Amino acid sequence: MRDKQIENLKEYKYGFSTDIDSIKAPKGLNENVIKFISNIKKEPKWLLEWRLKAYQRLKVLKEPDWQKPKYPKIDYQDLYYYSAPKSFKDKPKSLDELDPKLLETYKKLGIPLQEQKRLNGIAVDAVFDSVSVATTFKDTLTKQGIIFCSISEAIQKYPDLVKKYLGSVIPITDHYFATLNSAVFTDGSFVYIPPGVRCPMELSTYFRINASDTGQFERTLIIADRGSYVSYLEGCTAPMRDENQLHAANVELVALDDAEIKYSTVQNWYPGDKDGKGGIYNFVTKRGLCQGKNSKISWTQVETGSAITWKYPSCILKGDNSIGEFYSIAITNNHQKADTGTKMIHIGENTKSKIISKGISAGYSDMTYRGLVDISKNAKNSSNYTQCDSLLMGNKCGAHTVPYIKNKNSDSNIAHEATTSKISEDQLHYCQQRGLNSEDAVGLIVNGFCKEVLQQLPMEFAVEAQKLVGISLEGSVG
Amino acid sequence: MLKINNLNAKIENKSILNKFSLNINPGEVHAIMGPNGSGKSTLSNILSGKKGYEVTGDVVFDGSDLFKLETEERAHRGIFLAFQYPLEIPGVNTNIFLKTSLNAVRKARGEKELDAIEFLKLVKEKAKELKFDEEKLNRQLNVGFSGGEKKKNEILQMTILNPKLSILDETDSGLDIDALRIVADGVNSLRKENNSFLIITHYQRLLNYIKPDFVHVLMNGKIVKSGGAELAIELEKKGYESFS
Repeated sequence: MRDKQIENLKEYKYGFSTDIDSIKAPKGLNENVIKFISNIKKEPKWLLEWRLKAYQRLKVLKEPDWQKPKYPKIDYQDLYYYSAPKSFKDKPKSLDELDPKLLETYKKLGIPLQEQKRLNGIAVDAVFDSVSVATTFKDTLTKQGIIFCSISEAIQKYPDLVKKYLGSVIPITDHYFATLNSAVFTDGSFVYIPPGVRCPMELSTYFRINASDTGQFERTLIIADRGSYVSYLEGCTAPMRDENQLHAANVELVALDDAEIKYSTVQNWYPGDKDGKGGIYNFVTKRGLCQGKNSKISWTQVETGSAITWKYPSCILKGDNSIGEFYSIAITNNHQKADTGTKMIHIGENTKSKIISKGISAGYSDMTYRGLVDISKNAKNSSNYTQCDSLLMGNKCGAHTVPYIKNKNSDSNIAHEATTSKISEDQLHYCQQRGLNSEDAVGLIVNGFCKEVLQQLPMEFAVEAQKLVGISLEGSVG
Repeated sequence: MLKINNLNAKIENKSILNKFSLNINPGEVHAIMGPNGSGKSTLSNILSGKKGYEVTGDVVFDGSDLFKLETEERAHRGIFLAFQYPLEIPGVNTNIFLKTSLNAVRKARGEKELDAIEFLKLVKEKAKELKFDEEKLNRQLNVGFSGGEKKKNEILQMTILNPKLSILDETDSGLDIDALRIVADGVNSLRKENNSFLIITHYQRLLNYIKPDFVHVLMNGKIVKSGGAELAIELEKKGYESFS
C-alpha cells in the first residue's frame, strides 16, 4: 500500500504542471508528503528543512487533551495534506443546488448574489468585481511599499523577510497543532508594512489576489515595521462551506518599535446540524509579538461558527510600554462548543493589557473562557484589566470561566471582573410589547451585551457582525 | 375596541382575576383603581401578552380574538403597555430601540419605515413636548435612568407609536408633581376620537390631570363598582375598605 502511494507521488511530481485539477498528495502524513508539498510549491531548501524539523518534532509531541470540549480521535494518517483547488466541475453549478436554509441566511445578511456564488465555489461569469477592485487596491499599496500577497508568493519574492520572521512568534516546537501546521501548511497571507507607513485601507483576505483554497492548514504572517500601522480583517460573516473537518491555522504577528497591528476576525464556519452532526473543528494558533517598544497588538474576534472552537489569540508584550488587547464575542448554539480566550504575557516594563470577553451560550452548547495573564519579574509597573461576561439562554447550556493569573512582581496590577447573566423573560416581553418579534428581540439584547466588542470592529465588519449575532441565535428562544 | 368577558386568570394555581368583564369603546378613558394584590398588574400583563398565566374567558380587541395574537402582533395592532417597571437593556441605545420599535410596528402596518433623519426629527419633537432630556436618548435604554425618567421614557414611546389602546400600569407611582403633569399632558395629547386608554392606578391624583370617562374599582380580581370620574374622589375619601 505504502509503496503504491510513493509510486503515485512520483507520478504527481512530474505531472503537476500539466493537469492542475488532479493534483492531490496521497492520504497520510510522512516525510514524502511534506517533500511533495514543498516541491510543488517550489520552496527553497531551508523551508523544506524547516518543515521536516517540525515534522520530527511532531512525532514526539502528544495531542493536547486538557480542553473542555472533547472530540473523537482524529486519524492523521487518514487525511489529505495537499490537494489543488477544486475545479468548478466538482462544485455546485448554481445556487439552487444549495441548502435553502443557507440561502435564507445569506438573504438576511444581505450578501449579494455574486458573493453567495463565490462563497460556494460556483463559477462566476464575466467581470468579477473584487478582482478589479483588488488590482486597484494593490497599486495603491505598492506605491507605499506595502507587501500584501499570499505567503507562497512571499516565499518566492521576499524569502529574506519570510525566513527572518516565520516561526519567530510560534516556533516549530510549540504545540501539537501549531507544529503540525508548520510541517504541512499550504497557503495563507503575508503582509509587510514598511517603517512609518500607515496602511491606507483595511487589508482583508477577501481582496488578496489569487486567493486560492488555502485549505485546512493556513499560515499567515504580518509584520509591522517601526512606526507603522495596519488593520487586517480575516474571515467573513457568511457561512462558509468547507470539505475539511479539521482546521489548524497559524497566525503570527510581529510589531516593531512604535508599530500597531489590529487584527479582526469573523469566523462563521459550518457549525454542524441541529443535533451536533458534522461541523468544523477550528483549532487555530494566533499569536502576536510586541517586539518593539511602544508597540501595540489588538485582537478582535467574533466567533459564531464551527462545531468546536479552540483558540487563544495571544500577545507577548516584550517591548517596554507595549500594549496588548483582546476583544472577543463567542456564540455557541445547538451542540456547538467553544474553549477560547487569550494569553497576555508581560515581559517588558510598563506593559499594559486589556481583555474584554463576551460569551453567549444557547441550546445545548457549552462555552469556556480560558485566559492567562502572566506578568514576569522584570515587567515592572505593568497592568492588566480583564472583563469576562457570560450570557446564558435557556437552561441546557453551560458557561465556564477559567482565568489563570500569575503576577511575579509587586508593582504590577491585575484586575479581573466576571459576570454571568441570563436573558430575562421580562426583557423579551418588553421588546415584544414594542413590536419586535422574539428573534429580533434576542438579537437586540445580545448585541447590546456585546457592544463593547462590536465597537472595536472596523465599520464595514461591524454592521454585518451585528446581524450575524442575531442570526446565530435563531431558534434559541421557544 | 376592547371587550373583556368573564376573564379568569391563574398563576401557579392561584386565582387572580375572577370573572372580570370590561368594555372599552373607541375614544374612552377608563381608570381602574384597586389596592395592592387586587389583580391590576395581572390584567395589564395578560392584555399585553405576557406568558405564564392560565387564562380562560374571551377578550376581543378590534374584532380579533386577543389570545390568538402574539405579543408583538398585539403591539402592531395598536396595544401599548406603559410598564410599571420599565426594563433596562444594557448596551442598547435608547434612540435605536425606539427606532427599531417604531419601524417594526410601521412595517407590520404596511407603512413606510422611517429613515434615521425622519426618525430623529420625530423623536426630538416628541421629547421636547415631554421635556425629556434629549441627551438621555443617546444613553443605554433605561440604564441609570431615575424612576421618573423611566416613566417619561414610556410615555415618549407611547406618543411615538400612537397606539389605539394605551394601558398605563401605575405610571404615576414614583412621579413628582411636575413629572405627573408632563405624563398627563402626553396622554391628553393622544386623546382622540379613536384612541382609548386604560389607566391603572392606586391614587386619584393622576385623574386630576387626565379626566377619565369611567372609573372602576377592582377588588379580589373583580370589578366591584363602576362609575364616572366622581367615583375616584369618593374612593380617595373613603378608602378601598368601604367597597369590600
